[in-house]
Amino acid sequence: MAWAIVKRTSFYALVVAIVVIAVFPFYYAILTSFKSGTDLFRITYWPTSLSLGNYTSVLTQGSFIQNLWNSLVVSTLVVCLALLMAVTASYALSRVRFRGRGLLLLTILSVSMFPQIAVLAGLFEVVRFFGLFNTIWALIFSYTIFTLPFTVWVLTTFMRDLPIEIEEAAIVDGATPWVIITKVFMPLMWPALVTTGLLAFIAAWNEFLFALTFTSSNATRTVPVAIALLSGGSQYEIPWGNIMAASVIVTVPLVVLVLIFQRKIISGLTAGGVKG
Amino acid sequence: MSVDGTVAAPAATPARPIKNELLAQRVRSARIFLVPMIVALLIVAGWPLLRSIYFSFTDASLTNLYDHEWVGFANYLNWRTLESGRTIFRGTLVDPGWWNAVWNTVRFAVISVSLEAVFGMIVALVLNAEFRGRGIVRAAILIPWAIPTIVSARMWGWMLNDQFGILNDLFLRLGLISEKIAWTANAETAMTAVLIVDIWKTTPFMALLILAGLQMIPKDIYEAADIDGVHPVKQFFRITLPLVRPALMVAIIFRILDAMRIFDLIYVLTPNSSATETMSIVSRENLIEFDNFAYGSAQSTLLFLIIAAMTILYIWLGRVRLDGGDR
Repeated sequence: MAWAIVKRTSFYALVVAIVVIAVFPFYYAILTSFKSGTDLFRITYWPTSLSLGNYTSVLTQGSFIQNLWNSLVVSTLVVCLALLMAVTASYALSRVRFRGRGLLLLTILSVSMFPQIAVLAGLFEVVRFFGLFNTIWALIFSYTIFTLPFTVWVLTTFMRDLPIEIEEAAIVDGATPWVIITKVFMPLMWPALVTTGLLAFIAAWNEFLFALTFTSSNATRTVPVAIALLSGGSQYEIPWGNIMAASVIVTVPLVVLVLIFQRKIISGLTAGGVKG
Repeated sequence: MSVDGTVAAPAATPARPIKNELLAQRVRSARIFLVPMIVALLIVAGWPLLRSIYFSFTDASLTNLYDHEWVGFANYLNWRTLESGRTIFRGTLVDPGWWNAVWNTVRFAVISVSLEAVFGMIVALVLNAEFRGRGIVRAAILIPWAIPTIVSARMWGWMLNDQFGILNDLFLRLGLISEKIAWTANAETAMTAVLIVDIWKTTPFMALLILAGLQMIPKDIYEAADIDGVHPVKQFFRITLPLVRPALMVAIIFRILDAMRIFDLIYVLTPNSSATETMSIVSRENLIEFDNFAYGSAQSTLLFLIIAAMTILYIWLGRVRLDGGDR
C-alpha cells in the first residue's frame, strides 16, 4: 500500500516536472515582457508588475509591424503555392504507377533533408539574377525548397492509404484524373491539407537562415530576423524587455494554433516523420 | 506495367483495349501533374546546389560573382613548395577553424540527440500511461516545439544571462553553483547552454514520435507479462524497447540530420564563439560576411556530402516506403 502511494507520488512529481520545464521559459518571457525600467533587472518568480511599456515601444518604434506583416505574407503565400503544386503531384505519386516513381520519391525525400546552407551560394546567385534580393519574393521563392518536398511527401503518404474503391467508381463513370482529384479526393483530403499546411506555415514562419541572408533592410525582414537583430544603443545594452515583448507577440498566435490543432499536428508530425 | 492490381488482372479480352487506353491516359496526366513540382524543385534546389558546388571550384567573390576563374580543388586543399623546401598547405581541409566546426557539430549532434532520445523516451512513457491530466501534459510539451527557434534562443539567452538571469539565481538558491556563471559567454559553458536550449526545444518532437511507436504495441503483451510476474523494468527492456526500436531509430536519424545542419540557435545564442561554431555557421560566415564566397561554398559542399551520405544511410536503414502502396 505504502509502496503504491510512493509510486503514485513520484509519477505525479515527474508529470509536474515535465510540465514546468516545458512551460516555464515561455511563462518567464511573458512575465519579463510586462516589466519595465529597473524592475526588469529584479529577478522574480511571480508576476509583480503589469506595464505595457515594452509592447508599446516594440509596436511603435522601428518596423516590427511591417516585419509581422512580411512574415504573414511570406508564410501564407509559400504554403498556398506548395499545397497547390503538391496536391496534383502527390496524386500522381501515390495513385499512378509509372517508371521512375521510386527515384522521384527518393529525390523528394532527399531534398527535404538538404542542409539549407548547401544551396545558399547558388540560391544567392539566382535571387540576385532575378532581382529579388532584399524583397519578400526572395523568401517566398526560396522557402519552396523545404515546404514543397514536405507537403508532397506527407500528402503522398496520406493519399496512398485511401481505398482504391472510391477511385474505381469514378473511373467507371469516366472521370478524368483531374476530376478525380478535385471532386473525389479533395473533399477527403481537407484534414490532411490543414495539417500539412499548418506545419509548413510554422516552418516558414520560423525560418531564419534564408531570411537573414536574402534581406538587408528593416522593411523587408521577417519577424525571426527582426528579433535576432533587435539591439539597443550599444552592444552592452540589450533591450531585453522589448525582445521579450516581441517574442511573446510572435509566439502567442503559434501556441494558440498549435493547441487548437493539437491532434492534427501530432498525427501530421508522426505521419510525415518530419523535422520540428 | 499497370496502374493497379484490379485493372491489370487478366481481364476478359474485349475490355482490354479500353483499359489500356485508360492506363495510358492516367500516366499521361500523372506526368502533367508532376511538371510544376519538378520544375519548381529544379529551380530552387537542383540548380542552386549545382551552382554552389561549381562555385567551390572557383575563386568567385560575393561582389564579383561572375568574374571568376576555375581553380580546381584549391579551396579544398592546395599546396606550394617554397624555395626553402618547406611545403605550405592551404584550403578548408587543413583549416583548423573548419575542423573545430566539424568537431563542434559532431559533438553537438551526438550529445543533444542522445539526451533527447532518453528524455523523449521518458516523456513518451509518461504520456502513454493512463492518468488524469494527460491532455494538459501533451499540450504543455507542444509549447517548446511551437516556439520559433530564434525566440527560444532569445528567451533562454535572457534566462541564462550572467547578471540578471533567473537560472543563475535559481541555482545559487539551490546551492548548485557558488557564483554566477556567464553561460553563453564562457567558452567552457557555451556548448552546454546551446545543448540545454536545443534539448528543451526538440525533446517534444522526439517524445511524440516515440509515443506513436509506443501506441502501436498491443496492450495484451503487457497483460501477459504481468500475469507471468515480469518486473516492469524487465518489461521495458525486453518488450517495450525492442518493439519501439524502429520508431526510435527513425526519430534519432531525423534528429541527427537536423542537428548536423544547426544554424539559427547558435547564431543567436552564442554569436562569434569558437566554442560553438558549427559547419553551417562557419560556411555562412565565409560565404556572406568574410567575402570568401568560393571558400564558403567549398565548406557548404563538404557539409552537403556528409549529410547526403547520412541520408542514404537513413533511407537504406529505415526501409522507407518508396512504392505507391500496391498500386
